[in-house]
Amino acid sequence: MSRIQERFDALAGQGRKALVPYITAGDPHPEQTVALMHTLVEAGADMIELGVPFSDPMADGPVIQAACERALAHNTSLRDTLGMVRSFRQRDEDTPVILMGYQNPVETLGTREFARLARQSEADGVLTVDLPVEQAGQALETYREHGLDTVFLIAPTTSEARIKKICEASSGLIYYVSLKGVTGAGHMDISEVKNKVREIKQHSSLPVGVGFGVRDAESARDIASIADAVIVGSALIRQIEAHLSDPDSMKKKVADLLRDMREALDLDIPEADLSATNS
Amino acid sequence: MASKAPERPETLASGQVPDRAGMFGEYGGRYVAETLIEPLAQLEAAYFKFRDDPGFVAEFEADLSHYVGRPSPLYLAQRLSEKYGGAQIYLKREDLNHTGAHKINNTVGQALLAKRMNKTRIIAETGAGQHGVASATVAARLGLECVVYMGEEDIHRQAPNVYRMRLLGAEVVPVRSGSKTLKDALNEALRDWVTHVDTTFYIIGTVAGPHPYPVLVRDFQTVIGREAKTQLQEMTGSLPDALVACVGGGSNAIGLFYPFLDDAGVRMFGIEAAGLGLETQRHSAPLNTGRPGVLHGNRTYLMEDENGQIIETHSISAGLDYPGVGPEHAWLKDIGRVQYESVTDEQALAAFHELTRVEGIIPALESSHALAYALQLAAKMTPEQKIVVNLSGRGDKDINTVADIEGIEL
Repeated sequence: MSRIQERFDALAGQGRKALVPYITAGDPHPEQTVALMHTLVEAGADMIELGVPFSDPMADGPVIQAACERALAHNTSLRDTLGMVRSFRQRDEDTPVILMGYQNPVETLGTREFARLARQSEADGVLTVDLPVEQAGQALETYREHGLDTVFLIAPTTSEARIKKICEASSGLIYYVSLKGVTGAGHMDISEVKNKVREIKQHSSLPVGVGFGVRDAESARDIASIADAVIVGSALIRQIEAHLSDPDSMKKKVADLLRDMREALDLDIPEADLSATNS
Repeated sequence: MASKAPERPETLASGQVPDRAGMFGEYGGRYVAETLIEPLAQLEAAYFKFRDDPGFVAEFEADLSHYVGRPSPLYLAQRLSEKYGGAQIYLKREDLNHTGAHKINNTVGQALLAKRMNKTRIIAETGAGQHGVASATVAARLGLECVVYMGEEDIHRQAPNVYRMRLLGAEVVPVRSGSKTLKDALNEALRDWVTHVDTTFYIIGTVAGPHPYPVLVRDFQTVIGREAKTQLQEMTGSLPDALVACVGGGSNAIGLFYPFLDDAGVRMFGIEAAGLGLETQRHSAPLNTGRPGVLHGNRTYLMEDENGQIIETHSISAGLDYPGVGPEHAWLKDIGRVQYESVTDEQALAAFHELTRVEGIIPALESSHALAYALQLAAKMTPEQKIVVNLSGRGDKDINTVADIEGIEL
């Protein structure tokens, strides 16, 4: 069983929803990323989406674009990113890590070599933003051979026929993009999201995560009421951006925001169950 | 030099490439985030329907005649040819089109498509500003809202075009991310499109981007080559020996080359910007020095570093300053049908002056790259041979750049 599936099964057993923070590897500095990942877990993350920096992140908004630029200022490569996952694993063997990025750095390294290194570093899943399911054929096989989950996006514009196709190619979880827009935008319509998540669930038994418009504890809780996982990126990175010169308060602010979300997600869970999870 | 208009096509459909998935061999395709898949499928369906619709084709052709001013002349540059002592050099005068470049052929076509698809808002990216002006122009004509994304760097280089766009009612949005040039403007336009996909039509200015853009833009631009073929046959009774066009994204080059691809005797040269020299890394020549990769929705040759990050490019001409190239060019390079060469800033600048002084035509710096190569090529050919150079745009927009380089204050 994959680490992602294990985690979702455990959460489902407790009646809880997954909290999935996104950060960009190498932002604000490659040496801070692993510590930041541990901070995320301590603040309540169930799994981590680790962004691979790319010079032209066309599906991302200005906040993640800036994060990529900061990471690239230190030449953070895909290989470096995988190295960070490996160091993270020295202290954390349980928290799933999903690599999220764009196709060009993967191809430059070589899909097979990337898959091999990702496996070796004990990453768990791959989400390539600009590799839609039609173009993914060979890469899918390679990732599966290496035991990596293949995560795809579904968007508000995705037709039902495509939802089916994407569900078939997915493993680990399905990532629903909550709005027509880029990451960090702020115009999510919760009832629309609810309908679409329901539609996806008709085609797949995989957990559905929702992201792109989660800003705070309240929107996190709204999403948690209709999906299996809440994915939050730009809101956290705004905290990184606001405290670039002070790593300690940066870590604290990121942790505070994530902890607020965790609490909001767990509001209805009995105290006893919660302490059981934390053990 | 008046020549009969070439035969009116019944359809804009053309050729066996790309395949149904938009692939030219291993290049092209649709590498975009999920949100754009459906809008691209809708665009593809609409375009494939209308390109075979006689009403649409007739309206496009009528606009090309009466609004753009086609056919553009094919002009024998006699003094220039004599000076270089070789082949006869013919110039396809796309610089004489309305708005001063070949870009308008494509924007007229895409605007008609936008109207048929009931879109109320046009967005575009621009480098040199020619495509931005051409987009703002058709938007004004159809009463559509228009937003043009332009790198901050390019806004400084191309101030007159920025003002033109604003006069035409377009909003010009400066792009401050990344290298602040064309590639970043394209990213920003894609982001806008993702956010406003219901109302907005994205007019891509070159034969790049996700399928169906490379084929759609090609089809709208092949009027250049069709006319040139007819015109040269009327003037000389024969086909050219060589075609030369500059290649940034490559729309003017595909437009000229495409109708000649099956004419085995016609050699074709696509000229990339060698900037300060191919060896300096300060250039925009992915076909000459790059590797295949994925950017802006398609697989093609790219300028990238060892980690697959796109690197900053350089060219004296903003319109060639792009790290990728249309996927059909990548394919034509691999199959050996077109030879891709390069010309430096300095050589292009010399050709700019040469044409201005010898023929009284001020060419765009982009087109000056094609011209510079054509002059080298002509000198190695005989006076019975003929070269057609795509003079893709006029140089008025570049006079500030040229004056700057030469230390002249205007």
